Order: sequence, then structure tokens, then C-alpha cells
Amino acid sequence: MNLPFLVSDKWYDIRDLGNLSGAILDQLDKVLPYGLVYVIAILIGFIASFLIFVLPTQLFLGVLGERKIIGRIQSRYGPNRVGPFGTLQPIADALKLIQKEALIPTAADRWVMLIAPIVFVAPAVLLFAVLPFGPNMVIADVPVSLIYFLAVSSLPVLGAFMAGWSANNKYSLYGAMRIVAMAISYEVPLVMSLLGVALLSSTLSLQGMVFWQKDVHLWMIFLQPIAFAVYFICVSAELNRTPADIAEAESEIVAGYLTEYSGMQWGLFYGMDIGYALAAAAFASTVFLGGWSMWGLEEYVPSWLIFAVKTQLFYLLFLWTRGTLPRLRIDQLMAFAWKFLLPLALLNLLIVATEKVIWTQEELGDGIVFLFAPINIVAAAVLVYAWAKVNGYRPENTPKKPRMVKDATGYIPASGGGR
Amino acid sequence: MALEGFGPAFAFWLLSAITLISAGGVMMARNLLHAVLFLIVTFIGVAGFFILLSAEFIAMAQVVIYVGAVAVLILFAILLTPRSARDNSETVWGAPAALLSIALAAVLIFVIHDTAWSETNSFQAPSVEDLGRALLSTWVLPFQLASVLLTAALIGAIMLVRSPEEEAEDALS
Repeated sequence: MNLPFLVSDKWYDIRDLGNLSGAILDQLDKVLPYGLVYVIAILIGFIASFLIFVLPTQLFLGVLGERKIIGRIQSRYGPNRVGPFGTLQPIADALKLIQKEALIPTAADRWVMLIAPIVFVAPAVLLFAVLPFGPNMVIADVPVSLIYFLAVSSLPVLGAFMAGWSANNKYSLYGAMRIVAMAISYEVPLVMSLLGVALLSSTLSLQGMVFWQKDVHLWMIFLQPIAFAVYFICVSAELNRTPADIAEAESEIVAGYLTEYSGMQWGLFYGMDIGYALAAAAFASTVFLGGWSMWGLEEYVPSWLIFAVKTQLFYLLFLWTRGTLPRLRIDQLMAFAWKFLLPLALLNLLIVATEKVIWTQEELGDGIVFLFAPINIVAAAVLVYAWAKVNGYRPENTPKKPRMVKDATGYIPASGGGR
Repeated sequence: MALEGFGPAFAFWLLSAITLISAGGVMMARNLLHAVLFLIVTFIGVAGFFILLSAEFIAMAQVVIYVGAVAVLILFAILLTPRSARDNSETVWGAPAALLSIALAAVLIFVIHDTAWSETNSFQAPSVEDLGRALLSTWVLPFQLASVLLTAALIGAIMLVRSPEEEAEDALS
């Protein structure tokens, strides 16, 4: 690929690690028999994306950051005993989990229960295959990588369902039912919100979206604020993050679908929850925050570093919501997905389609996006406020002083007279 | 992408094995949930075939729709019907079913073998843009009809699950 902004594609140019791995693969292809180089490419891709990017960030920034930052949010210290400032706590936890026995109840469906963690973990690795870390740093540059991401991220629900069903425990079954219901409900507004993004950038490739945002010098979040908000809420619901973690709500149904799991089987579920959150953060920073591009900064700073920083900052948003927001009821969550998010996403799609038609029919230049951006931000604010008003989210639902829970039901019909 | 060489051939036989074995599992499994899980593996195997034929979009649509939505819906139905997961006993319809499937397979193999397939050496896989243009120009009427059908099904489902209390509540307001 000839990229004008990339000063060189020499192997020692570590602004793009794709140069280095490409050079290695070119040399190996001359030596090795046909086809073997693909296997090595897969291995290099796996090491680069998973072992360098996911595992350390997940171990240290993921687990530790999660516990430390949420601890600070909730006025506690968090782990601070193992190692300096508790930095070795995740490793100690992992060792402890590996030592523990993985129990399987007698009445459980043994094989399904054993396979469930694997079904849950495998897609997390596959997700990182299409995320672009730099202009040349993408393992599989599929032309439909957006749909690939959506398809693969719908697979872990099956793993969670298998876990909940196989344990033969009523709390697990409740958790499984909730996670399936939530996944189906929140998948719809999520796809609708991403449809607007794909329509505006007229590509389904994640790499293409990054190039599009780089070319128009504007991130997608400014053009699609509704889509960003809808995506963030939907993905945190699908990932079982706290405002919506009803599938493993420990105050209601013990631990949901994880009730009967112990040892490293439970550890896999726990670790991969963070892995999926990281993948979702990486995806959001690719689609909405410009990916590896940073208004020209990528010429001086390695693009994968920009991408990693954006991902971690976005991940902080997940932590923030997890640490501060209380858990919602399942009927509130369902009503929110169908009555609030879906109409909003559809209206957003209407606005984007109109703008796209104006853009292409009038043959306007790229500069028009700087006109669309303020329009869309104002429209987003107006739409959210108006739709909340129509739905009956009244100011008395956000009181100044604490009230009884039964008074503060989330949904009050606009026609007056409570339920 | 040419379908020659070791890689595609290996992928083809591997995918065939996965698809056929899991399809057999769907039939043989006595537990309904195990059958659905095998069905999901079959769907993923078929998606692999689409990728092998350079139809990435259809492969992804297969995974999104069949694995992500249809299979999950079937699982949901199993969850809400308490006796379905119980072991199903042997049925007397085994022999007729086998006969019927052998007959069907014979007809299909005969048709496939007998058809004069057109062959080409230069094949350009249609992109998503081509697919979208075809759907909204040549095939716009079937496309719109399908969307009307789905909307009707959606409204019908909502009407079916409404309780009499909700009906009365709506009649008042």
C-alpha cells in the first residue's frame, strides 16, 4: 500500500509494526514452502494483537485498573497488598484461580458446562482480527469487517447461555434467560446506530472508516452523537456492565449464569468480560474516535500507540459508568431499549440518510461535514430531550433529595395517573 | 479466489466434515438443546463455505441472522418450554424418515449430476455495493414485499402477546 503520509515503509519504521512483520513474512516466503507463510502470519498476528495488546492491558490496566479505579470511585483503596501499590494482585488472583478445583454439579449437563467457557472465550480473540492498529496493521482486512465484528460479538451470548442452562440451577437459568433477552433487545438499536455510521462513510470496512475520518478531518462522534450514545448504552448492556448487569445480579440471583462455576472456568468468564469490554472500546474508538488517526499526529507517534491510548480512555468510560450507576430492573432495561433507544436510532438514520442524499446529489465537497456536525449535535440534544419528554421521563423523576424506591419508578406514562 | 491448491481443498474437506458431522448430531441428539447447539455449528460451517466462495457478506449475514438471531430465538423457546429438554424416546417414524431422506438425497444428486453447469475462468466476486444496487434496483419489489411481510409479522406478534388488561387500558385512554 502506498500511503503518502507514511514517510517510509522500511522495516525499521516502527510507527507501523505492519512494516516489520511484512518484511519478516516477505523474507520467510522466499525460504519456506508454499502456504506455510500464512500460518506464520497468523501466529505473528496473534502474538502482536493478543499477547502484546490484550493480555498486558487486560492484566494490568484491565483487572487492576478496574478494581483500583472503581475502588477510588467508591471511596475505598482497592487492592494494595500484593506487590508495589497492589500491581501484582491480578497475577495472584490468577494463580489462586488456577489452583482451585473446577467443580461440576452431579445433575449438570457435563459437556455443555465444560464447553461453555471455551465458546465464550474464542470470539474475543477473533474480534481483534479485524481491528486496524495502523495503516498496515490489520490482520484480516475484510471488506465487510463491520458486519464481521457484529457477527462475532453475537457469539459469546451463546457461551453465556450454555453456561446458564447446563448448570441445572434455577438462578443460572434466570441469568441465562435474562442475558438472551437482553442480547436480542439491544442488538437491534446497536445495529441501527451503526447503520448510520456506515451510511455516512459509505463503507463497511473498519479500516475504510478510519481513512474516511482521516480524510474529512472530523471524527464520527461529532457527526453521529446519537449513534455514539446509543452504541455506548447498547454495548454496555450487551457486555453485562453494571448499569445493566442483571444477568449476574448478585443481589437478586446469586451470580446469574456463573452461579455453579468455580476455579479457572469462572476466571475465564471474568477475564473475558474485560476482554470484550476492551474489544468494544477498541471498536468504538475505531468507528467513532478516528481509530489510529489523530489529525496528523500519527506521522510522529506510532499509530498503534494512539489507538491503544484511545481504547484505554474509552474503557475508562465503562469503568466510570460501572462505578457510579446503580443497577436497573429488567423491565426498565427492556422498555428503554425498545421505547427509547430504537426510535432514537431510527430518527438518527433518517437524518443521516437526508444528509447523505444532499451531500451526493449536490456534489458538495468534504467540507460540508463541518456544517453537518453542529446540525447533528443540536438535533441530537433536541431529539433526546423531546423523546424523553414524550416518553414521560419527567423532572420529578430526578429529585433533588432522596426518595423511596417505590416512588421513583423509572417510567411514568405521559397521560398522567401512574401505573 | 481460485479454488485450487492445497489450502482451499483442505478448507473444503474440513468444512464439509464439520458441517456434516454436526448435521448428523442435530438428528441423533436426544436432548433438544444439544440438537440446537449442533445446528449452530452447522450454520457456522455453511458460513465457512460462503467465505470459501468469496461471498464474505453472505457469510457474515449467515452468522448474524442464523447464529445470532434464529438460533438464539430457538434457545429462548427451549428455555420457556420446560419439558422440551427432557430426553426424547425412540420414535416409530425413524425408518420412514430415513427412506424419505435417502429419496431426497437421490433426487438432489441426480439433478446436480445431470445439470449442465456453466463454467468460467474469470470470476469477479460481487461486492457489497453491487449487492445493494441490485437489491434497490432490479429486485426492489421483492425486497419491499419482504419488508412489508416482516412488518406485518412484527405487528401480529405484538397483538398476539397483549393481555386483555392491556387492551382494556388502551381502550380507556
